[in-house]
Amino acid sequence: MTSVALPVAARMPHGLRRVAWIGIAIGIVAAWMALPPLTLRSWVPSLVLALIAVMLGIGVAIRGERRFGGFAIASGLFGFGIAFAATLSSVGKLESVVVWSALLAAMLRFATPLAFASLGGMFSERSGVVNIGLEGMMLMGAFFGIMGADKLDSWWLGLLVGVLAGGAAAFVHAVWAIHLQADQIVSGTAINFLAVGLTGYLFIDIYGTEGTPTDIPSIPDVHLGFLGDGFVGDIFGQLNLMIWIAIILVPLTWAIMFKTPIGLRIRACGEHPRAADTVGISVYGVRYAAVTLSGMLAAAGGAYLSIGFVNSFNENMTAGRGFIALAALIFGNWRPFGAAAACLLFGFSSALAQRLPEYSQSASVLFQALPYVLTLIAVAGVIGRSIPPAAVGRPYRKQ
Amino acid sequence: MSAAGDDSALPPSGDPSGLGPELQPSLIDRYGWAQRAEGILAPILTTVLAFLVGGLVVLVTTGKNPVTTYRAIFEGAGLSWFFEVGNNEIGLPFSDAKVWFPWNVNDIDSLAAVNLQQTLIVTTTLVLTGLAVAFAFRCGLFNIGGQGQYIVGSIWAVWIGSSFDGMNPFLHITLAIVVATLAGAAWAGIAGFLKATVGAHEVISTIMLNWIAIWVGSFLFGLGGPLQNDAQSSVPISNDIVESAKLPILWGDPLLQGLHTGIFFAIAALVVYWAVLNRTTLGYGVRAVGFNPEGARYGGISVRRNYFLAMAISGAFAGIAGAIDVLGWEFRLATGDIQTSQLGFMGIAVALLGRNTAVGVFLSALLFGSLVTGTSTRNLDPEVFQPELAFNLTLLIQGLVVLFVGADLIVLWFLRRLRTRVSA
Repeated sequence: MTSVALPVAARMPHGLRRVAWIGIAIGIVAAWMALPPLTLRSWVPSLVLALIAVMLGIGVAIRGERRFGGFAIASGLFGFGIAFAATLSSVGKLESVVVWSALLAAMLRFATPLAFASLGGMFSERSGVVNIGLEGMMLMGAFFGIMGADKLDSWWLGLLVGVLAGGAAAFVHAVWAIHLQADQIVSGTAINFLAVGLTGYLFIDIYGTEGTPTDIPSIPDVHLGFLGDGFVGDIFGQLNLMIWIAIILVPLTWAIMFKTPIGLRIRACGEHPRAADTVGISVYGVRYAAVTLSGMLAAAGGAYLSIGFVNSFNENMTAGRGFIALAALIFGNWRPFGAAAACLLFGFSSALAQRLPEYSQSASVLFQALPYVLTLIAVAGVIGRSIPPAAVGRPYRKQ
Repeated sequence: MSAAGDDSALPPSGDPSGLGPELQPSLIDRYGWAQRAEGILAPILTTVLAFLVGGLVVLVTTGKNPVTTYRAIFEGAGLSWFFEVGNNEIGLPFSDAKVWFPWNVNDIDSLAAVNLQQTLIVTTTLVLTGLAVAFAFRCGLFNIGGQGQYIVGSIWAVWIGSSFDGMNPFLHITLAIVVATLAGAAWAGIAGFLKATVGAHEVISTIMLNWIAIWVGSFLFGLGGPLQNDAQSSVPISNDIVESAKLPILWGDPLLQGLHTGIFFAIAALVVYWAVLNRTTLGYGVRAVGFNPEGARYGGISVRRNYFLAMAISGAFAGIAGAIDVLGWEFRLATGDIQTSQLGFMGIAVALLGRNTAVGVFLSALLFGSLVTGTSTRNLDPEVFQPELAFNLTLLIQGLVVLFVGADLIVLWFLRRLRTRVSA
């Protein structure tokens, strides 16, 4: 089958990619059929499907679409791995762990802070400034968000304070990256350290060792009663407002980035700042705006974490999410939908890690490492084949 | 990215006439001195600035006098020991003569001495984690995974240290340190390998490896974990290491965490660091790649090999740090230690402030070691300043230092431009 279909597909526009997507889908089906509700108790059908996915992937990869071919291969391998693991587990445990509606809702919850930071990072990196400081900006948003909500007794004012704090941190990064032409990795790291120190300091100073009070106004959930109690209703019926904002932000960012003059200017500054400057775009202005915006978005993700998700703050609570968001951005090839898909993937792994302790209480801690392992694999698997903006990380010097 | 803004490593380049040094020695000398002075001046300015801003934060948020706070931290760090200049005398060997001596050498019990021992213990670790960052920097890599490499090293050290009871102490310690070193090297080597083969950015991969190390460690020593304490099944802690694996105490009371011999490893590591970078082919390759990967490739140096080796050697330094902390004073690892430890991260600020030179790393490790000890709950007078707050002040100062290091390169560039304009 592949020997006939692939050469044809290779001649169609995006044909190879479509074949790769089919391979990815087959890999997912291979995993899905061994899980509830189908719960096939044999791994053989999964193996067959997984092999097809891998073959399609290899076929696509050797014809030039290495990136998407790689995805299909990975999908086949993971699909079989999950299916095989599932057949080893008892049906009862599988059914208590793999509750799709709960897993998918949790995936959205975990993916939302990543998505905010990732989309923020996109603005910064597309304009040519590396933003390693996303982590710190998220942390600023998380702390100042909850502090604002507490002191001003309003969740949206808290969100505003958090976003402004993240924007301020990003502005410092922008000054360093743009005007002082500092190494952007070093100044981003400085932002991360500063955020840990500042939020930790103020946290102890204001809230002491007891932590944040429990009665802080939080970002409300959106109740969609008309969805009912079915599968869709269980996933989307009661999601936080910020999740919906993130879902809207993804296509919005795409539209801004690729369909408006503003996006064109941002991308021009990241690809060829000299050319952008020559046609009258203020490279510095665009970069300042983009970096500051990236901090505000990352901080919104952080604020969701503290006043939308867990409703408390503890020191260094972002726990590497800013870096995972950065990895998602790279994994998604600096594109909104790709980055969002990667965020969902990492979010899913967090959701899964949360439910896996069913299998082993002592190993439950180990499962916490799952999102990080997956991120590492993702970064290792595709990064060489994704193309960053040409001028990212290079300070621009006006002539 | 080349974050290794290290001017002292550059050959003196201030010879615009191209006549060579022998024809105009005075100018070259002057330029060299000026450059070196800047190299010292810039980190000092950075530090002073960071402390000023930190003091401002103290003043604004708590209304306390920053000078008193800093003095309390200074005393908590035991640095006042150097100023305990009394009428101490020591006998000259082979004679009856006695001479004045600034430090009370017999004083091992005073509070300042005990505090200073703590500071030096932390300094030892920071020297090693600082070198872990600095070595990779010289190859143009930013190793922010020192924390993970440190944890992996300490996990192996605690496992070996708590096994093999009755082994010869020298062999036991050697074995623990060697294995921890290799483990740290392997952990960082993953990031180096990924950088060399698929180009995965080392910042992201090392951060992910940090978190993986943290959760693996928490699993191993957590309740029901494979390396959890055999006697106390309800405490998330490892077994204690046996006596034969403990490093000998050099100065102070063994029961009060006296200074252990690990400090010699730190000093040796500094020498090795300098020697490898400046006196070996390997170091030449590493630095060449750090300056300009394309140029190095053109010159026949394998960039990939050096990326891998630089990361592995970096990880080795951090692995030793982990082993020495376990064998020197921690003796056991709790999951809380693994999750809250900051010394690996602090290596970044140490290396940046020390401008990736051996001497610089030592001095900035001493600075941060003093800060960490001086702001610890054990050493800082809570009457003067709340220690929990003060430790975050240390983190804040650390962040400011890194921030200003980023800016001081531009200050240097500006100074240099100013000078060339004046001389022209």
